[in-house]
Amino acid sequence: MSRISHCFEKLKTDGQTALIPYITAGDPEPWVTVPILHAMVDAGANLLELGIPFSDPMSDGPVIQKACERALKNDVSLKHVLDMVRQFREKDKITPIVLMGYANPLEAMGYEAFAKRAEEVGVDGILTVDMPPEESEQFLTIMDAHNIDTIFLVAPTTSPERMEKIAQSAKGFIYYVSIKGVTGSASLDISEVSEKMTQLRQRTSLPLGVGFGIRDGKSAAAVSEVADAVVVGSTLVGRIAEHANNPEILPEALAGLVAEMRHAINARDMAK
Amino acid sequence: MANTMETNYYDTYPDHNGHFGQYGGRFVGETLMGAIYELEQAYQQYKTDPEFQAEMDKDLADFVGRPSPIYLAENLTKKLGGAQIYLKREDLNHTGAHKINNTIGQALLAKRMGKTRIIAETGAGQHGVATATVAARLGMECIVYMGAEDVQRQAQNVYRMKLLGAEVIPVESGSRTLKDALNEALRDWVTNVDNTFYIIGTVAGPHPYPAMVRDFQSIIGREARSQIIKATGKLPDALIACIGGGSNAIGLFHPFIEDKEVVMYGVEGAGHGIETGQHSAPLSAGTPGVLHGNRTYLMQDENGQIIETHSISAGLDYPGVGPEHALLKDIGRANYVSVTDDEALEAFHTLTRSEGIIPALESSHAIAYACKLAPTMSPEQVLLINLSGRGDKDMHTVAAMAGLTF
Repeated sequence: MSRISHCFEKLKTDGQTALIPYITAGDPEPWVTVPILHAMVDAGANLLELGIPFSDPMSDGPVIQKACERALKNDVSLKHVLDMVRQFREKDKITPIVLMGYANPLEAMGYEAFAKRAEEVGVDGILTVDMPPEESEQFLTIMDAHNIDTIFLVAPTTSPERMEKIAQSAKGFIYYVSIKGVTGSASLDISEVSEKMTQLRQRTSLPLGVGFGIRDGKSAAAVSEVADAVVVGSTLVGRIAEHANNPEILPEALAGLVAEMRHAINARDMAK
Repeated sequence: MANTMETNYYDTYPDHNGHFGQYGGRFVGETLMGAIYELEQAYQQYKTDPEFQAEMDKDLADFVGRPSPIYLAENLTKKLGGAQIYLKREDLNHTGAHKINNTIGQALLAKRMGKTRIIAETGAGQHGVATATVAARLGMECIVYMGAEDVQRQAQNVYRMKLLGAEVIPVESGSRTLKDALNEALRDWVTNVDNTFYIIGTVAGPHPYPAMVRDFQSIIGREARSQIIKATGKLPDALIACIGGGSNAIGLFHPFIEDKEVVMYGVEGAGHGIETGQHSAPLSAGTPGVLHGNRTYLMQDENGQIIETHSISAGLDYPGVGPEHALLKDIGRANYVSVTDDEALEAFHTLTRSEGIIPALESSHAIAYACKLAPTMSPEQVLLINLSGRGDKDMHTVAAMAGLTF
């Protein structure tokens, strides 16, 4: 069983909702990424999403765009991100890591070379924002051969027919984008999310994560009512931006935010 | 006869998923997938709808001023001492460039799809002006994204768009040029996907844009093909067009693809020189990758990060190129070459003084390559250049090069 499936199984047994924080690798400085990841796990994160910096992050809002720019100023690219995962795994062999990014850095490295290295260093999943199932045939085969789960997005605009198609290609979990918009833009509408969760559960037995538009403990807790996982990105990255000149305090600062959301989610989980 | 490229090209490319060989496709986030399928369906429906076609033809005739003439540039021909040089006068179109052929088509489509809000990206501002123009006429809200750097170097076009009622949003991210404007337009589209139509100005982006924009621009080549046969009694020996994203070039080339004796040259911006790395020539010096919804040749580093481009001409200053050009390069049907900023500027002055036609800096790249090619050809041969736009918008850039301001 993959680390991701194992993680969700265990959470299910414990009656817990997964908390998945996102940060962009190498932001604001490469050395601080791995300490932040460990600190977030200690504060209650169950899976980690690590962004691969890209020069043209079309699906991201200004917060994550700027994070990419800061990381790229340090020349952090996919090979460095993989090395950060290797470092992380020296201490943590349990927490699943999903890389999230755009197709071109993967194309440049080559799918096979990426998959091989990702498997070696302990990457568990890959979410390629601009690679829909239609364009993924070869990619899926190669990732599958190296035991990398392919995570796909489902959006408010996704038709029921496409949900079927995505459910067939997806592994690990399915990530529902809770708003029409880029990362970090509007606030989500929980009743709409709930309806989509129902539609998705009719088509897949994979765990369902919800992200885009979750900014605090309150919205995280609300989402945990209907989803198996809560993904938080722009809020954390926004905090990194605030302290970009003072990176040594970041592991503690981000752990604080993650802990706050964890408590809010736990309170709701207990009440279920 | 076996299935050669010439006999089946039009039926083969793109395939039903928008692939031109390994290029093209639909590389966008899930939120936009519904919208691009909706667009594809609408386009398939109206493409063959006689009423839609009649409305478009009427607009192209009465509003744009088509057909645009071809013009025998006798002085330039004499000066270069080789092939007879004909210019396809897209510079005479309403708004001053070929861009309006496409915006007319897409705006009529938007109207039929019930969209009320138009967005566009622009580099030199020609596509932005052409979009603002059709939006004004159809009474639609219009937002144009433009790199902050381009807002400065194309101030006059910015003002034209504002006069036409468009909102121009300067994009400060990344290199502050066309690619960043495209990123921002895509972000807007994701956010306002229900009521918004994105009019892409070139033959790039996710399927169906490369095929759709090509179809709208192919009127250039269809007209030119019959005009040149009428004028000279034969097909031209060579075609030349400049290439940023490649819409004016594919518009000219496409109707000639099966005329295999016609040699085609696409001219990219070599900027300060290919060897300096400061250029906009992905077909000449780039590698395949994925950006802005399609797989194509890109200017990128070894890690797949898009690198900054340079061209004197804002309309060529883009790190990618339409996927059909990528295919035409690989199968050897078209030749892709480049000329530097200096060569383009020299050609700008040459055409202006010899023919009394001030070309856009983009089109000056095509003229510059003709200045190299024509002397190697014989006087019986015919060279057809797409003069894709006029140079009014470039006055301050050219003046600044000469140390003048106004």
